[in-house]
Amino acid sequence: MPWTKVYSNKAEFESALSDNRELRGLAYKDALLEATSQLLEADETVFVIGEGIDDSGGVFGSTKGLHLKFGRERVMDSPLAENGITGIAIGAAVAGMRPILVHMRVDFIPLSLDQIINHAAKWRYMFGGKVSVPIVIRSMIGRGWGSAAQHSQSLQSLFTNIPGLKVVMPATPYDAKGLLRASVYDGNPVVFIEHRWLYEHMGHVPSEPYTVPLGKAIIRRTGSDATIVAVSYMVYEAMSAADILKNEGIECEVIDLRTLKPLDAPLILESVSKTGRLVIADTGWKETGIGAEIIARVVEDGFGALKSAPERVNLPEAPTPASPALEKAYYPGKFEIAAAVRRAVNKG
Amino acid sequence: MPLEIIEKIEVKRLQIINERGEADPELIPSVSDEEITRCFEAMILARVFNQRALSLQREGRIGTYASILGQEASQVGSARAFSDDDWLFPSFRESGVLVAKGYPMWMLYRYWAGDERGMKCPEGLNIFPMSVPVGTHVPHAMGAAWAMKLKGHRKAAGVYFGDGGSSKGDFHEGLNFAGVFKAPVVFLCQNNQWAISVPRSSQTAAKTIAQKASAHGFEGIQVDGNDVAAVYKATKDALEKAKNNGGPTLIECFTYRLDDHTTSDDASRYRSKEEVEAWRAKEPLLRLRLYLEKIGKWTKGYEESVTKKAEESVDAEIKKAEAFPPPDPADLIRYTYAELTLRQKKEMKESGWGS
Repeated sequence: MPWTKVYSNKAEFESALSDNRELRGLAYKDALLEATSQLLEADETVFVIGEGIDDSGGVFGSTKGLHLKFGRERVMDSPLAENGITGIAIGAAVAGMRPILVHMRVDFIPLSLDQIINHAAKWRYMFGGKVSVPIVIRSMIGRGWGSAAQHSQSLQSLFTNIPGLKVVMPATPYDAKGLLRASVYDGNPVVFIEHRWLYEHMGHVPSEPYTVPLGKAIIRRTGSDATIVAVSYMVYEAMSAADILKNEGIECEVIDLRTLKPLDAPLILESVSKTGRLVIADTGWKETGIGAEIIARVVEDGFGALKSAPERVNLPEAPTPASPALEKAYYPGKFEIAAAVRRAVNKG
Repeated sequence: MPLEIIEKIEVKRLQIINERGEADPELIPSVSDEEITRCFEAMILARVFNQRALSLQREGRIGTYASILGQEASQVGSARAFSDDDWLFPSFRESGVLVAKGYPMWMLYRYWAGDERGMKCPEGLNIFPMSVPVGTHVPHAMGAAWAMKLKGHRKAAGVYFGDGGSSKGDFHEGLNFAGVFKAPVVFLCQNNQWAISVPRSSQTAAKTIAQKASAHGFEGIQVDGNDVAAVYKATKDALEKAKNNGGPTLIECFTYRLDDHTTSDDASRYRSKEEVEAWRAKEPLLRLRLYLEKIGKWTKGYEESVTKKAEESVDAEIKKAEAFPPPDPADLIRYTYAELTLRQKKEMKESGWGS
């Protein structure tokens, strides 16, 4: 399928587009905008709420102009109150709405963890299945630009530990559009984490509404020597690493995780049973991160398939720096992933 | 530029029936005799429910329970003012609200005995599961009110919290939002003077809790929370305003928690007997009896028959609660998500649950 392909840069995408003019190209931010617009258009229960969602930038372009089209009652620029607006969105969800809540940076979410963890994630269970909280919490992680310790974290692991929540991290424009729609109709609270480096990324996106199922990872590249499981932006770095390694005779299978919770363990196990080697490339920290869970799952259910100890590519155990020199040292990329794969291959 | 006054705040207090059972002649016609009689009967039922809950806790038949003794007027008067279409968001100390709205009492006893299913609100009742965390449901009520507004429904939300809850960020964030968006919501503060062991005076330096609405751009009113007629009227007025696009209202019901915070507390450690006794003399049923007697609606025999009926009804509900079978262990997992995840299916299978 053309839309399952990932393109590392615009030139690569445009070249692919010239081969097939019938396919439409859309940037990740525009795919999110289109998904939201189509939801607002067709479903009166959907509304968008967040701080600054109606500003001229429109949350990196992803909500741009929606307030003009659908009015400020359904595209609500809210007072500064992260916990409060999360609670408000939850209350509206219980009363029959499907709110899309936007926390413009994932770093703002800790203020609303009480509402997310103690309320949204619990109610269906606590009230005997009677109450559901169909809320989507969109948020953004970053990389670079000196955003630093309090504005550029990658906090997905806070949520993957909590039963009752789902965690989605789309890497392509196609998945961004389809997963947003699927999240709105999932019936559970979904934490939907985007990556700021992806907003301008181009890909094939059908113009009609469609869904991409939650809980399903996807193989972006097939290979027989090692499995790289990558999250969000790291999918692109993993694809580049696979190109580097191909020249060395190492064939990598790249899995784009797409949903962190619930985890698509069967697909990972199937791939590792073929390659025998596992590398996880995550945008976040190592300890108790998604890589730890993936390795645990593979060890529990596919220990015999492993030819060597798994490897993880993560951030160093330190907050995000502001200094460009430190940033350069901080973020791993294709070279670190390639090195991790080589280690896995050389070990056995 | 001279210093000028640009805003003045007025805080009103409403009382209709005083402690001697005398009604204000101008205000009393706004609440019918029939309504007051119904409130009286619901307050008796709430008190019987409450008393039985305390006994059951002492006998080890339910868990920790939060008594409403002394707050029956604040709870019943406000709850009865809401129509069945409105949405209510009670806190954990709102048995009187739930009983007055017809929430099945056997389910409440199940809940307090430790059964999630007790908060599975029956169809037709728009009551949100009670909030045990303090004040966190204030934004939820605001959100539900917003949902009603977006849907074009002429309904309102009502949320109950205490004087302690009014210090929380959730309270201010919810009120601020409601003010900005003129949401149809009634904030009902049950100021019972004590947040466990913290007195009202240590909770806020403000003279009243009602005035906190002013900072959020809408009206707050203090009512005598032991006067059911005043509570009923203030809530009705706030609802009328909310449903006519007039926005939110904060009602501070000035009342008193006569019992301990919960059955796990001992209030004698932090407050004087004299204080409690002074408030006991002002408790809501005393004045209501006097008032109803004055208008020829109360006799000893009438109250005895109401009480007897309430006791019989509560006893039957306790029987029903205790005969209800315990939950299936599969419920542990079944209701976490809208559907079972792969991990949950595996855990179900491994544990033999649900088979």
